[in-house]
Amino acid sequence: MVGITSYGAYIPKWRLSLEAFSRGKGEKAVAGRDEDSLTMGVAAALDCLNGMDRNSVDAVFFASTTSPFKEKSVSATIATVLDLRRDVLTADFANSLRAGTTALKVAIDMVKAGSARNVLVVAADCRLAAPGTVLEQTFGDGAAALLVGGNGTIAEIGGYHTVFDEIYDVWRRDVDLYVQVWEDRFVYTRGYLRVMREATSKLMEEAGVNPQGLTKAVFYTPDVRRVVELAKGLGLDPKAQLQDPLIGTVGNTGTAHALMLFVAALEEANPGDKLIMASYGNGCDAFLFEVGEAVAKLRGQRRAVKAHLQSKRMVPDYVTYLRWRELVKMPEPRVPMAVSYPSAVAIWRERNRIFPLHGVKCQVCGTIQYPPQRVCVKCGSKDSFEEVRLYDRRGKLFSYSYDFLRGTPIGLVNLEGGGRIFCELTDVDVKELKVDMPVELSFRRLDLWRSDGIYGYFWKAIPVRA
Amino acid sequence: MPGVRDKVAIIGMGCTKFDEHWDKDVKDLVVEACYEAFEDAGVEPKDIQAAWWSSVISGLLGRSLAYPLKLNYLPISRVENRCASGHDAFINACYAVACGAFDLVLVCGAEKLKDVGLAIPGIIDPGEPYTSRVKPVFPPPAAFAQLAIRYFHHYGIPIDEGKRTLAKIAVKNHYNGSLNPKAQFQRRITVEDALKAPIIAYPLGLYDCCGITDGAAAAIITRADLAKNYRDDYVLVKGVGMSCGMYQAEIQDDWSMTYIEENVRASRMAYKEAGIENPRKQLDLAIVHDCFTITELVIYEDFGFSPRGKAKEDVDAGTFELKGELPVNTDGGLKCFGHPIGASGLRMIYEAYKQLQGKAGPRQVEIRNQLALTHTLGGTPVDSNTAAIAILGLRGA
Repeated sequence: MVGITSYGAYIPKWRLSLEAFSRGKGEKAVAGRDEDSLTMGVAAALDCLNGMDRNSVDAVFFASTTSPFKEKSVSATIATVLDLRRDVLTADFANSLRAGTTALKVAIDMVKAGSARNVLVVAADCRLAAPGTVLEQTFGDGAAALLVGGNGTIAEIGGYHTVFDEIYDVWRRDVDLYVQVWEDRFVYTRGYLRVMREATSKLMEEAGVNPQGLTKAVFYTPDVRRVVELAKGLGLDPKAQLQDPLIGTVGNTGTAHALMLFVAALEEANPGDKLIMASYGNGCDAFLFEVGEAVAKLRGQRRAVKAHLQSKRMVPDYVTYLRWRELVKMPEPRVPMAVSYPSAVAIWRERNRIFPLHGVKCQVCGTIQYPPQRVCVKCGSKDSFEEVRLYDRRGKLFSYSYDFLRGTPIGLVNLEGGGRIFCELTDVDVKELKVDMPVELSFRRLDLWRSDGIYGYFWKAIPVRA
Repeated sequence: MPGVRDKVAIIGMGCTKFDEHWDKDVKDLVVEACYEAFEDAGVEPKDIQAAWWSSVISGLLGRSLAYPLKLNYLPISRVENRCASGHDAFINACYAVACGAFDLVLVCGAEKLKDVGLAIPGIIDPGEPYTSRVKPVFPPPAAFAQLAIRYFHHYGIPIDEGKRTLAKIAVKNHYNGSLNPKAQFQRRITVEDALKAPIIAYPLGLYDCCGITDGAAAAIITRADLAKNYRDDYVLVKGVGMSCGMYQAEIQDDWSMTYIEENVRASRMAYKEAGIENPRKQLDLAIVHDCFTITELVIYEDFGFSPRGKAKEDVDAGTFELKGELPVNTDGGLKCFGHPIGASGLRMIYEAYKQLQGKAGPRQVEIRNQLALTHTLGGTPVDSNTAAIAILGLRGA
């Protein structure tokens, strides 16, 4: 009974109207200025693990073509944020939009082989297309996460087929900022349509299912017209059987896309449903899943795709978006807010305070304190603390302000169950700010003036997302 | 604790005009302030035995005084305690004189902020307790703005109404500044001007924030028993106080942030030494750290000038105006005299010294009890502060 035991997703709050920069209709989800594939991956992972036993997670995979690092493990960062055991296997899958489903295949095989009880698969992407191109209209940012296990599966694996394919259709070289694409006709006829059809039809054949027997087909979608063409060609009814590809609302989220659509399908699925899911990128990974009774227990327990879709704010204009992605060169601020550089040593030393947001609880008087102290601020006891993870707690805004120069709101947040955090506020309209506003914590990238080659990550407060 | 009361005397002071000194560097400012102090005391640089230098960003070593003044291989300590640096340097010089280590010393504070390029001295980063840089970065207005948010919230004051009270403090300090030829800003404003001003850090507007300024100030101090050799109207140190907080606002979730405990502690320490039981009645004037109008409002209560939550009523009654019951910031305060950080504490002492001597010109207040309080506050209310106080008085006080 190996399959999916939990799911989660993350869609940034920010949406960019396609009308703002193109003749396209609708909108796409874009990462905020303090978000990247790592932070979105963390958010999806947290959604997926909500209420799950973290001690039985034996591996964490992260898949992306837009990791903030060419050399540094994001899966290790995610495992640190999640407070997982030290002996968890972590691996990053990269360089192909298929990386997410490849990680899923490895996860399924590990659980089948008994080398892991549960494997967390996280995929996120934040791809850049050249401003003004058609590609830019379809790209969106987001993340998805699946927990693979052998107990309590909500969707059991029923079949798998893969093909690989050597082709320059969509690619990005090591020196490229933007994704490149060859001529449309070639890309679809010799690439996407041919390879997706090959893998999915072979999967159906091997699994002994016919198109009419499928409840939903979940296909990676670079273009709505083409996915409809693909579905029709396979004998599927696109209206009834094709999972909404979220183009025009979220966009093509790259490595995360097929997984994110699969999560959306699971949110609506009923026991007995048969789902086919296929991703594309120099080949195709295709899976068949049968939905089990347990699918009902996660309903309403995840933000996944549905809730995230509804919680949104428009990016004010296209220039703002270009500045967030650093696609327009802005003058450097003349006065740094801080002259000191981030120290790798200090980040390492403070890793428990930073990544899983550990504070301390005084074992004498019970006061929760952040950042961790040696001497209790309340009772003066020395070194009698236990570490407590604070990011799962919601809180209320105790005080706030923002300055006109940076415009970044900051504030003190009092957490439910004790503890106070001094942090930046993000994804918020400063006009909404008021004392006692309900907030939650979100892992974000810091805007370091002089980074010295380091990306700083830390928790910020956001208004609770519905 | 024996303390320093009546053991130390100020016999000379100097202060440059506080301004945007585009054409002067920090050495020029040091020379101007110190030579005014030498002249006022009737001493020469060669008479000085030791010195204390206060600066936050404009010179990290004692040589910053030795070089421009050519102080001849003297012991010079540099003191940095954020906005309280000037007072800290002064207090340490007092300790050295009071214990008999030196007879005649110089204390000088100076800052050159306007060379930095933008109107925020944000390059000063205390660097603790986080060296990972993984923490929120914020300029001071956004920190003190949160004091206003909490104060108004705690006392149920609508923000518009609270801002009107703060505006009255700005109007007062602008009026006082208009009578002070050394002040950076000498223009009077109205409450409406303040309320209409652009927001700097919500809810604080332009006129709620002090100036960013270049300037220097200096004091020459000696043992009280030697002071009469220099002048008759020397000013005695009646009491000093200092207090450093422990980051309660940031780490303690029940900390109210409607007042500044460091102010309370430092003032009580200084009152005790100076023998002050009723500061509102006994002090002739107070020069306090109005980095933002909300800070001055909270100080009224922290120092016991007004009961908790009642400062607004005293502001409305004009209690702290030049002709009021207890004039506060008679020289325009940080708001209008300006705030060259390391110099500010000594500038405040300069004003108190001149007022006690009756030399404050059109802004002279009535000297009845011959006692004046000066105060600076380093740090911010969202983490932790250093409050430092010097109470000065004439011989009879």
